[in-house]
Amino acid sequence: MNVGDAIPELRVTPDRFLPHRYAGASGDFNPIHIDKEFATQVGLPGNILHGLYGMALVARATTAAGGGDPRSLRRLSVQFRGMGLPEQEIVVTGSVVEAGEQGFTIDTVAEQSGNQIIKNAQAVVAPASR
Amino acid sequence: MPVDTSAKGKSYAPFAYEVGKEKIREYAQAVGEDNPVYFDREAALAAGFRDVPAPPMFAVVYSAGAMGPAIVDPEVGINLMMMVHGGQEFVWGEPVCSGDTITTVAECKDIYEKDGKGFYVFESVSTNQNGDEVVRATWTNIVRGV
Repeated sequence: MNVGDAIPELRVTPDRFLPHRYAGASGDFNPIHIDKEFATQVGLPGNILHGLYGMALVARATTAAGGGDPRSLRRLSVQFRGMGLPEQEIVVTGSVVEAGEQGFTIDTVAEQSGNQIIKNAQAVVAPASR
Repeated sequence: MPVDTSAKGKSYAPFAYEVGKEKIREYAQAVGEDNPVYFDREAALAAGFRDVPAPPMFAVVYSAGAMGPAIVDPEVGINLMMMVHGGQEFVWGEPVCSGDTITTVAECKDIYEKDGKGFYVFESVSTNQNGDEVVRATWTNIVRGV
């Protein structure tokens, strides 16, 4: 990895029932994520993805860029923006912006249908081989 | 109406979570992880882990029991119907593995108002059974129309 390098992009299309599986795995059963009727009643376009699921995709992409060892991801901060929806492809892209003592700093975004769902995501990755 | 900032600095009771191998599998599958270390004990040991490790973002699972009461605390006063998760940070320490007991303490770090929105910032610190810090997290929730 060098400053300026793009990280391999991660493309994932969460299926219709992904929010239900993520709810079970994470314990977050907020109905805006799993109940389409409730979600539309409160003005959402449909049941929306959990923000922290999107953050987990960013964690996957940045960890993979550092060689895949979970110990290499030292820090990750994100801002949640637009709403993510099931059955539409999410694309995580990023690039290395700094190389320092702590490891590589990688700036990433997650987009879906042209909307940023996670922005200003910044990861610090310290590959085990360093 | 200005946001009530009186809960700033309030901390909450520790919450202990026992990490299990099959819960790690369930979480790893839900977020699409495919590294064998999350599923196979032999692969985990060969990679130098004490047992099957949790993916870094599994932090949300063991932190939830500490964060839940803080977010719904009437003294903090978040209007949950108008709340969105604005931002999140994790800083990882010692890896979390199956068999660990992770204890998390949450604190309401800051409450402020900006552009007609209320910002509620919580910090949580999670440690394992040996007292090693495994994650330090900052959770920012935004309430519209305060």
